[in-house]
Amino acid sequence: MTTLDLDGLIDDPATRIIVCCGSGGVGKTTTAAAIGLRAAERGRHVCVLTIDPARRLAQAMGLTELDNTPRPVVDIKASPGSLDAMMLDMKRTFDEVVESHSDPERAQAILNNPFYQALSSSFAGTQEYMAMEKLGQLRAQSDSEGTWDLIVVDTPPSRSALDFLDAPERLGTFLDGRFIRILLAPARGAGRGIGRIIGAGFGLFAGVLNKVLGAQLLSDLAAFVGAVDTMFGGFRERAEATYALLKDRGTAFIVVAAPERDALREASYFVERLEQDGMPFAGLILNRVQEVRAPELSAEQCLAAAERLEVAGDSPITVSLLRLHADRLRNAERQRRLATRFTAAHPGVPVTEVIALAEDVHDLDGLREIGGLLAGN
Amino acid sequence: MPTSDWPHVMLHVVSGKGGTGKTTVAAALALALASGGRRVMLMEVEGRQGLAQLFDAPPLPYEERKLAVAPGGGEVWGLAVDPEEALLEYLELFYNLRRAGGALRRMGAVDFVTTISPGLRDVLLTGKAVELVRRKDKMHAKPYDAIVLDAPPTGRITRFLNVNTEIAGVAKVGPIRSQADGVMAVLRSPKTAVHLTTLLEEMPVQETADGVRELSDAALPVGGIVVNVTRPPRLDADQLALARSGDLPVDEIRRAVLAAGVGRDTDSVVAALAGEAADHAARVALEDTERLRIAELGRPVYELPFLASGIDLGALYELGSRLKAQGMA
Ligand SMILES: Nc1ncnc2c1ncn2[C@@H]1O[C@H](COP(=O)(O)OP(=O)(O)OP(=O)(O)O)[C@@H](O)[C@H]1O
Ligand SMILES: Nc1ncnc2c1ncn2[C@@H]1O[C@H](COP(=O)(O)OP(=O)(O)OP(=O)(O)O)[C@@H](O)[C@H]1O
Ligand SMILES: [Mg+2]
Ligand SMILES: [Mg+2]
Repeated sequence: MTTLDLDGLIDDPATRIIVCCGSGGVGKTTTAAAIGLRAAERGRHVCVLTIDPARRLAQAMGLTELDNTPRPVVDIKASPGSLDAMMLDMKRTFDEVVESHSDPERAQAILNNPFYQALSSSFAGTQEYMAMEKLGQLRAQSDSEGTWDLIVVDTPPSRSALDFLDAPERLGTFLDGRFIRILLAPARGAGRGIGRIIGAGFGLFAGVLNKVLGAQLLSDLAAFVGAVDTMFGGFRERAEATYALLKDRGTAFIVVAAPERDALREASYFVERLEQDGMPFAGLILNRVQEVRAPELSAEQCLAAAERLEVAGDSPITVSLLRLHADRLRNAERQRRLATRFTAAHPGVPVTEVIALAEDVHDLDGLREIGGLLAGN
Repeated sequence: MPTSDWPHVMLHVVSGKGGTGKTTVAAALALALASGGRRVMLMEVEGRQGLAQLFDAPPLPYEERKLAVAPGGGEVWGLAVDPEEALLEYLELFYNLRRAGGALRRMGAVDFVTTISPGLRDVLLTGKAVELVRRKDKMHAKPYDAIVLDAPPTGRITRFLNVNTEIAGVAKVGPIRSQADGVMAVLRSPKTAVHLTTLLEEMPVQETADGVRELSDAALPVGGIVVNVTRPPRLDADQLALARSGDLPVDEIRRAVLAAGVGRDTDSVVAALAGEAADHAARVALEDTERLRIAELGRPVYELPFLASGIDLGALYELGSRLKAQGMA
């Protein structure tokens, strides 16, 4: 098993983007923040894009301004490096795209449209798509202004890490969809509006939609589609450009997993997908691994000793401590078996283990500690 | 056996932060509700075939299928709702339009309605759940005694359940409006309870608190809170306190470790055991803080242990019987 050389990765100026992926709750946000902090303290000019960090962690990083732009993280020993961080505001990012692509009047019409509101706040995949969009923006800003030389990206909580790669395309497919184009056709044809669909032989179809959705809904939809028509190309091109950026050699994907069956299964899918798509994959972080402080004491040995002491009525606290140790050993063994199964299936994949700390990671010291563990110290 | 805390509830909605055990708890609850000869429908709506995976069955079609038998002759049925099929069913039900389905599908309209318009998708899914609640056979008997819904996560649950009020905002009149009002009436009634699963960790508990607030604000009936994957402390309260403050009786432990003959280097064994105890105590303290925050929400709380062997049918029976013993079913 090779280990992931994190310091080698973050010290290499050619590394410009690090993406932390993985299934829900495994530690993506923590890992992204810890890598960002470590890279900054090793001299990089870093921007970390986080998504829904835990409240206390957000506070510790000074992420209290919700203005959807990166802010400096204070209290770090980064000089000559620097660390900026931001929390993604999905709806605002979407609104900004709309605003930058249309004149104010048209933009307002879109922002007010009920369909747009549903799309921008709750469509499954919008968060992934907007994370990509924001990454594209940050990268463009760092290229033009030289603000950052490394961007570390967290990804949204989803069961499947693949969502991050697939959502933009799904949205793109929709925006390209035939149905949309049918609705668009009349909108383009000199104001004949929705009636044209019916005239053009779509009577049954429009009739059904009218019945099911109600005429109001249908005209809202047509208005939305008409209004964003000019932007579709923009959306798609941007998504494609960002996707290309992810394939770039300056990008490194880091997959985070917990040593549990489901998380490792998801990690497997993701690793295979990255390899299949030729995405630059740096390695796996196995996070929250059970630490065992005296591995030479076997579980059986401890349980037998605890039994002897208990029978003799000797030192109840030692009995408890020995049983606790046996518990942790068993848990660690179970995790080891799961991890071994993963490495057997993916022999070339660099893996780094990070132990489960007793406390949550909610301040800069905690992030530093995780950063050190990530680097293998 | 205590009696159930939810005797009037027909629709049990199970939500919670992603990965905290919604599907597992929904299945265990369905088994618990079915035990003693009842018939329970377990419904999933996220299109992930989570139930088939859990019950080790082939992928479920959009069709009600028997999944498992419960203790005492009950039955758990399963249904994986496919939004496309639900749309076609809806069209047939309300407009006698099933034949139009093919044309709609070719147009990409079905895809559109069900994928891109989350509101409409959710209208169909909640509509299906309520249809199951209301369904009566020819003898006016209810085919299912209860419906358990493996629902979307906390972040989306209020919007999901409330979608019919949003529709009412856009569709002022017509059949869709009356359907929407009818669905909302059931979801807001005492026949429904929205349970939330959580772990004893900061973020899931925070999401639970936010979820309870949002559901209450939307006048949706909040049910119980299921604290999943708990691990019993290995030390008693006094021992935990000593471990936390660093006051473990090291001399006694050294003597006992020597007496029991474990390890070669007694000092390092003692240091390791004390260190592990301190870690453990810190974790337990953290969990106690979270338990307190959960208790403050003022909802019935149920706890399920971590099952190290993983979740198979046997594990679901065990979790189900624990829920029953605590009064959730
Ligand atoms: N190595 C670790 N030791 C102890 N606690 C950890 C560790 N890594 C992460 N945590 C804690 O686990 C929780 C979840 O971590 P985090 O928020 O980073 O996960 P995530 O993958 O971003 O979750 P989501 O999918 O919800 O976004 C946090 O409370 C964090 O402090
Ligand atoms: N009490 C338990 N003991 C051991 N493992 C458990 C327990 N409850 C759940 N799990 C495991 O935790 C993982 C997540 O559980 P589950 O799939 O039920 O969560 P979920 O909330 O439905 O997730 P998702 O948000 O992805 O739908 C699964 O691997 C499951 O087997
Ligand atoms: Mg996160
Ligand atoms: Mg699930």
